[in-house]
Amino acid sequence: MATVHMTVNGKAVTGHIEPNTLLVAFLRENLRLTGTHVGCDTSQCGACVVHVNGQAIKSCTTLAIACDGAHVTTIEGLANGTELHPMQMAFREHHGLQCGYCTPGMIMSAVDMVNRKGHELSEHTIREELEGNICRCTGYHNIVKAVAAGAKAMQGMAKAAE
Amino acid sequence: MSATGIGASVKRKEDFRFITGRGNYTDDVNRYGQTHAYFLRSPHAHATIDGIDYAEALKMPGVVAIFTGKDLADDKIGGLICGWSITSKDGSPMKAGAHPALAQGKVRYVGDHVAVIIADTYAQARTAAEHVNVKYGVLPANADTASAMKSAPLHDVASDNRVYDWHLGDKGATEAAFAKAKHITKLDIVNNRLVPNPMEPRAAVGEYEQGTETFCLHTTSQNPHVARLVLSAFIGIAPEHKLRVIAPDVGGGFGSKIFIYAEETVCVWASKKVGRPVKWTSDRTEAFLSDAHGRDHVTHAELAMDANNKIIGLRVHTTANLGAYLSTFSSAVPTYLYAPLLSGQYNIPAIYAEVDGVYTNTAPVDAYRGAGRPEATFVIERLVEVAARELGVDPAVFRQGNYVTQFPHQTPVIFCYDGGDYNASMLKALEMADYKGISARKAASAAKGKLRGIGFSSYIEACGIAPSAAVGSLGAGVGLWESAEVRVNPVGTVEVLTGSHSHGQGHETTFAQLVSGRLGIPIENVSIVHGDTDKVQMGMGTYGSRSGAVGMSAISKALDKIEAKAKKVAGYVLEAAEGDIEFKDGKFTVKGTDKSVDFGSVALQAYVAHKFSGQDLEPGLKEGAFYDPTNFTFPAGVHICEVEIDPDTGVTKIERWTAVDDFGVIINPMIVEGQVHGGIAQGIGQALLEGAIYDKDGQLLTASFMDYAMPRADDLPSYNVGMTETRCPSNPLGIKGCGEAGCIAAPPAVINAITDALGHENIAMPATPQAVWRAAQQTMKKLAAE
Ligand code: FES
Ligand code: FES
Repeated sequence: MATVHMTVNGKAVTGHIEPNTLLVAFLRENLRLTGTHVGCDTSQCGACVVHVNGQAIKSCTTLAIACDGAHVTTIEGLANGTELHPMQMAFREHHGLQCGYCTPGMIMSAVDMVNRKGHELSEHTIREELEGNICRCTGYHNIVKAVAAGAKAMQGMAKAAE
Repeated sequence: MSATGIGASVKRKEDFRFITGRGNYTDDVNRYGQTHAYFLRSPHAHATIDGIDYAEALKMPGVVAIFTGKDLADDKIGGLICGWSITSKDGSPMKAGAHPALAQGKVRYVGDHVAVIIADTYAQARTAAEHVNVKYGVLPANADTASAMKSAPLHDVASDNRVYDWHLGDKGATEAAFAKAKHITKLDIVNNRLVPNPMEPRAAVGEYEQGTETFCLHTTSQNPHVARLVLSAFIGIAPEHKLRVIAPDVGGGFGSKIFIYAEETVCVWASKKVGRPVKWTSDRTEAFLSDAHGRDHVTHAELAMDANNKIIGLRVHTTANLGAYLSTFSSAVPTYLYAPLLSGQYNIPAIYAEVDGVYTNTAPVDAYRGAGRPEATFVIERLVEVAARELGVDPAVFRQGNYVTQFPHQTPVIFCYDGGDYNASMLKALEMADYKGISARKAASAAKGKLRGIGFSSYIEACGIAPSAAVGSLGAGVGLWESAEVRVNPVGTVEVLTGSHSHGQGHETTFAQLVSGRLGIPIENVSIVHGDTDKVQMGMGTYGSRSGAVGMSAISKALDKIEAKAKKVAGYVLEAAEGDIEFKDGKFTVKGTDKSVDFGSVALQAYVAHKFSGQDLEPGLKEGAFYDPTNFTFPAGVHICEVEIDPDTGVTKIERWTAVDDFGVIINPMIVEGQVHGGIAQGIGQALLEGAIYDKDGQLLTASFMDYAMPRADDLPSYNVGMTETRCPSNPLGIKGCGEAGCIAAPPAVINAITDALGHENIAMPATPQAVWRAAQQTMKKLAAE
């Protein structure tokens, strides 16, 4: 057993876990944060994407102990209290989800994409950048629209914060 | 149109929980004291089991129990069933081999279930499985569809591996038509095998409560009541009143979660054996190995034309791979969901189809989005396109010249098309796709050294899979009606209990739209309850694009009764005769007066029952309905795909996608378009990327997302989606259904575009860059010679 400390969605947490515990298992099973999903076992689908120290990672291929001391944000922690994150709102507004299973990972990847690529994202960029996220329901059309709109809306958020 | 009624693009009510990570999927369900199941699966495609020794595994840390097929048999647990009986040409019933949930003496595909190991943790169960010794006697295996009937038999009941030898249509009339044909177009077609791959893998949590002797199963199902029926009546887990099945949020299904599989059967049964809840969640490789696959047809088809380019006959022979066992509805997919659609949108006087269903050492094959209809559409739309090319006629014009234009239209293959306007969709699609400009665009591509092509798919499909009596006469073991109950609360809010199940379709929104519009109440005041057999009395679930046409019609019928009863109550409240009460926009009014009362007040009066005698009128406001349609519904439309091929790399880029669909009355255009997008993506996936490949020993070579090419965002275009509308005459709401259309329409549109670009027909699905590159070399050689 190993002990791991991290800050998840702003809260300090400690876990006593097997050293081989994956971050996604720690989040889902120990912390009961079941918004982060598992869709594959080969690091292909992106259903498990969370942010570790502000960067998107696939929690299905990250050991929990490797995140000792890290700040982790999951889909449950993206909204500011009851106020949805602009990317969450954009997914709802543009019908960027159907069954919702890929959605948490899509939204976390999209926010990371904006952090890296800025607020003006072309369709081409969005499609290329979503290469690590599979959706079986939407055909991506509305996800692309949602990400573009969410990226723009995040600019408003950044401005408001200034 | 009200802001939240029928026809409004209302934002989805269910989204909030999904975008905030508060969905509740089966793997999110955990029960106190639960154990975890790991299924030991066959590594061989075909073998006898000559012994299973698990004594050592049983002693491993955390192991609670290990069960094999013998334990199930000892408990008299029945095998998995196929619920649709198909009759061969000679009148004999289909040859259904036994399908035990855990193998008994033999395994028949890689991934077949040999034993279940139950332990405190999943890791412990999985580790212990490595210490189970199974002695296999390996047998010759075959995964190939075309040679199945010459391969080693899988089941004693079918020595030639033929499940049935079925036919439909008039052979004599068809042969006569071919005899007088001016031109005959012939094609050999392989409809590639697909893996449905909803993003949520299957999962199950079984539990048993000793005090009440009841089972509860959480499972990833599209039809929890059908699961309960099968687990009760056929498999024998427990009678229905002692078995609750809950399908909570389900992360996509596409058909693959219709079926009743080994894993949920074993989990729920074992929960009583071990006295603790038993949970299983599939990993992706298990999903590839054991979820029911789709398609996998080998077909020869011929189309006969007269001197006026009119189609006069169609004959088709298909060998359909059904896998190692007959899955829940597998037998119906390449028969009654396939051949009746071969007529397409065309007036074809004579059709004859023969289908051999065969066993192979592969995962069972069953319904996958479209289920039989994509296979039929691929046959007819490829034939029509090639025929037009051979005859030197524009493919749009050729289609237009053969469209059904009079309704009702009885085809020679069961269906009676009840309404539509096929040319309206074609004309709109030609416009949207700028068909006039194609020659210029082709020339521009050619100037860059690229090959451009355009392909049509003028599809029709059949949804609803009812009336029940009709499908019963074709061999269905169940009725395919739907049920609904509308419960009005005393404060005027409404709960609708439906037998339909939503796993991405957005029923919590669209069904609420129907109620909100009809009763004139805010959509927030309506909640939709589904997916729990203890809440909803009975239902047939969601597949075959039936939830709108059948499920919502049941709600509509229940709402009729609610309105009738509420009018009675309003009559007492307003002191007027029931017949003088009008109901509009949420208000009951005495005809010709300004005396009125709103819906909420009437609801309250129905429950307090102060204004009427309980002897004259029952208190309360709750009504139920079962709805059985009068016909299948027939959505139809035209999709046009335009591609540009780079002959140097073989990469096919979809430059434009135009879809014009007639789904009848549309409840929520935003959601309908989303369904179209998703369907097209899966259809393009089949045409360009996806293919389940077994090697000659029956090993699945494509068992992960690294080997099986799922469509990703950068593989796909944006879609230009338009609609036409002819009301469906077969249900009160005029809905036809939209869930599968894209997936049905897309594959032939893509292949017709690629073959147009290539200038020859030598390409099969999936048209991967490698395949297209090879085919394009032929084209370039020819072009160079010209
Ligand atoms: S679950 Fe992490 S990439 Fe699929
Ligand atoms: S919404 Fe279902 S997988 Fe993306």
